[in-house]
Amino acid sequence: MIRSELIAKISEENPHLFQRDVEKIVNTIFEEIIEAMARGDRVELRGFGAFSVKKRDARTGRNPRTGDAVDVEEKHVPFFKTGKLLRDRLNGEAD
Amino acid sequence: MSEKTLTRMDLSEAVFREVGLSRNESAQLVESVLRHMSDALANGETVKISSFGTFSVREKSSRMGRNPKTGEEVPISPRRVLSFRPSHLMKDRVAAGNAK
Repeated sequence: MIRSELIAKISEENPHLFQRDVEKIVNTIFEEIIEAMARGDRVELRGFGAFSVKKRDARTGRNPRTGDAVDVEEKHVPFFKTGKLLRDRLNGEAD
Repeated sequence: MSEKTLTRMDLSEAVFREVGLSRNESAQLVESVLRHMSDALANGETVKISSFGTFSVREKSSRMGRNPKTGEEVPISPRRVLSFRPSHLMKDRVAAGNAK
């Protein structure tokens, strides 16, 4: 499923909404999650999962081609943990 | 770092602000989005949201595990797990936003 298919499904269920509004709704949801993580916040969606930010410490890496040591700075990366309900559904244990 | 936790309520509040539907309807739409994504994943589909990231279902084969407390060996049955791969855009924005 891709973004446009998700928008199409929501539009189908909500014939009273303009497609451009459904696009805006879907985009707002994903944008809000990214903005929260960019501020260092968590987004916890019970049953679905939680988005959070993990810190990766600075380290000395290696250029795999030349073997040279390179300093890699501390950085923050997005992380997603699947919620219990969704995890169970993937294994056919709920529904 | 502020370390706030946002929930469905914050997402529906954003939809309410941006689109101007009622709070109630905004909340229902957030729920529908999550439900459609969950349904697709439960069917084993990959959910690919451009400029956000890709959720995919991976099959794990069975293996022998160990109870860390007792050291006892226990079989772990084959299972499906979800993995999320953030888009480059998300990685860049999260890295930039949290940089010192």
